[in-house]
Amino acid sequence: MDFSFTEEQTLLRNMVQSFVQDNYDFDARMKIVRSEEGMSQEIWQQFAELGLLAAPFSEEMGGLDGGPIETMVIMEELGRGLVVEPYLPTVVLCGGILSRHGSDAQKEAQLPGIIGGEEIWALAYAEPQSRFNPADVLTSAKADGDGYVLNGTKAVVVAAPWASKLIVSARISGEQRDSDGLGLFIVEKSAAGVSTQDYPTVDGNRASEVTLENVAVAADALIGEAGNGLSILEEALDYGIGAVCAEAIGHMKCLNDATVEYCKTRKQFGVPIGSFQVLQHRMVDMFMEYEQSVSMTYMVNMKLVEGEAERRKAAAGAKVQIGKSGRFVGQEAVQLHGGMGMTEELNVGHYFKRLTVIDTQFGNVDHHLKRFAAA
Amino acid sequence: MDIDFAPEDEAFRAEVRSFIEENYPKHLVGADRGELSKEDFLAWHKILAEKGWVAPSWPEEFGGTGWTVTQKYIWNEESAAFGTIPPLPFGVAMLGPVIYSFGNQEQKDWVLPGILSGETWWCQGYSEPGAGSDLAGLKTKAELDGDEYVVNGHKIWTTLAQHADWMFCLVRTSSDGKPQEGISFLLIDMDTPGIEVKPIITIDGGHEVNEVFLTDVRVPAKNLVGEQDKGWTIAKFLLGNERSGIAGVARSKKAIDRLRDIARAELEDGAPLLDSADFSKKIAELEVDLTALEYTELRTLASESKGQGPGPESSILKIKGTEIQQRITELTMEAVGNYASPWVPQLDRGDNYLAIGPDHAEGVSQSYFNNRKTSIYGGSNEIQRNIIAKMVLGL
Repeated sequence: MDFSFTEEQTLLRNMVQSFVQDNYDFDARMKIVRSEEGMSQEIWQQFAELGLLAAPFSEEMGGLDGGPIETMVIMEELGRGLVVEPYLPTVVLCGGILSRHGSDAQKEAQLPGIIGGEEIWALAYAEPQSRFNPADVLTSAKADGDGYVLNGTKAVVVAAPWASKLIVSARISGEQRDSDGLGLFIVEKSAAGVSTQDYPTVDGNRASEVTLENVAVAADALIGEAGNGLSILEEALDYGIGAVCAEAIGHMKCLNDATVEYCKTRKQFGVPIGSFQVLQHRMVDMFMEYEQSVSMTYMVNMKLVEGEAERRKAAAGAKVQIGKSGRFVGQEAVQLHGGMGMTEELNVGHYFKRLTVIDTQFGNVDHHLKRFAAA
Repeated sequence: MDIDFAPEDEAFRAEVRSFIEENYPKHLVGADRGELSKEDFLAWHKILAEKGWVAPSWPEEFGGTGWTVTQKYIWNEESAAFGTIPPLPFGVAMLGPVIYSFGNQEQKDWVLPGILSGETWWCQGYSEPGAGSDLAGLKTKAELDGDEYVVNGHKIWTTLAQHADWMFCLVRTSSDGKPQEGISFLLIDMDTPGIEVKPIITIDGGHEVNEVFLTDVRVPAKNLVGEQDKGWTIAKFLLGNERSGIAGVARSKKAIDRLRDIARAELEDGAPLLDSADFSKKIAELEVDLTALEYTELRTLASESKGQGPGPESSILKIKGTEIQQRITELTMEAVGNYASPWVPQLDRGDNYLAIGPDHAEGVSQSYFNNRKTSIYGGSNEIQRNIIAKMVLGL
């Protein structure tokens, strides 16, 4: 048993950490979030130059051969900086699906664009009625000659406004919530019949409602086997959970540090408010929630590569922990900062908002408790 | 013990209900507080002013309605059930009682009518950057110069100051003795030179609160309420009143009804979310908490109607009331699932703006974020617990 990081992993952490510190302080972040585009292409290119966009891919594909632990290290540091650039959708979700399940031709065609920073990807899996069930898919994929024709609506597709390519889940056969019959398709956002309604999200990201109207794709747009899309998708969402858990512990660490510092310096009644035992115990609870979250984050990222049953249970458990702890830490950090915690100009509220979205992303506490119980 | 309303109370309920239904401005039904103009805030107030129903809690001689405690309760319940925008609290709930309890005749004559008519918009100059929970630590200074005070200082979290005509303000007139001694209660015209109002944008994207900077602001000495250096008594009196209305039971009931409607419309695996055992249990827990709070408030009202004023027990209403409000907004956000994250600020919506997701998802996250303030303002919930510990439990 060993919970220590390798030298390479430590170097990776130091590199991302100093990049974020030097280029992505809170003011820079808010400037990017409030810009018209809502992300920085310059930062994205620097991610490519630093090799971050290559991290999880195999060396033969031009990657750095990293695994979930490397992704965890990167996401935690991006979390500390509240980075909005779409590492999760492009590299972890879509890149992960392509590298694990894409054909050689698909990998050769698509991964260089991700690694080089030329293409941004978004995973369009949720639908207006689907809530957190990825099998609940009404979007249809009808075989048509050699290819398919897609019709349907995808909901809250994070990073879609920036993306040039999408991976879309669609039903090739079966009923609305059947486990079998789904396919995952590579869709060019510029393809005829794809339209988007773009909007900001509460955590400073951007997303779209994506409508597909008679979108024709070739047979080689299908990833993996026809009808087997759900297992590929669920695995990708579990990798996504591993990544957002890491992002969230980055947020929680920053919130806890900021709160302790504030309570040491903020004076009321002639003394620092941190001298009040009732507040000390609250901060101790925040600290314990953080430590428990770190443990679950390490656990899930070690188990993502295990068998499916173990992976599912690990991801569900970790997501429950992160959801609860993130909510507690976020709410208490705002409360202990008093009115200041409520202001847009302080970073505390922004960590809180991102943690709030993470609580829902890939399914909330109730959803994953049920999944954990069933696993 | 008897929990039924008397027939005359039921008749009263019917009367106020039909008055609200017939007279409430149609364009403000279901309006979101974050989007209201100054005129919107005052529209219902002005209708109530004509009717003489702006300030039910005031004694009749100053413009109150003369209603019994039960009638006032019914009025609040019916107003909340309809979802009215109540008259602004700064004048009616906060300053009015201070003026008729501590003000001189001249002050009563000019302040109270302006509150009742809605002509004068008041804001509350209490908190400062260094004086939040420890309000008595305030530093804004007022020095007497002839027949004027010269005020210098910095107020913060001043709600809706951007619309205010006047501010009631706690100032330091002496630094001798304990911090509570040497505080005075001043009325300041917001048009006086030297006042600058600066907006604070909160995490829900709204502009409700402000900073108010006062630089050599000259205030006539006759605007002092009560005695100089004895303002702390008034400040505490006002905070006690602020707490008593804060339980918000009727409004929380309405919010739970809305939550249930949303949970009925939202689907989980094709079935209404409301049918999910997990979710309906959470709503039920919330309703049990709210029922307990309702009866706690009724017990407080009953002792009030026997002439006992709101005591430190009213801190229970503040703590439990705000915790329940926060929980409602949290569950409402949870109910809408993925559609809690879209966020298009009002200003960025063009003419062709289409709502994202179902209509009922609109604003639920903002409301959740905004409501985090309720356990901070009006004396934080930590301070309220201190009050109970000290004043009720004698610790």
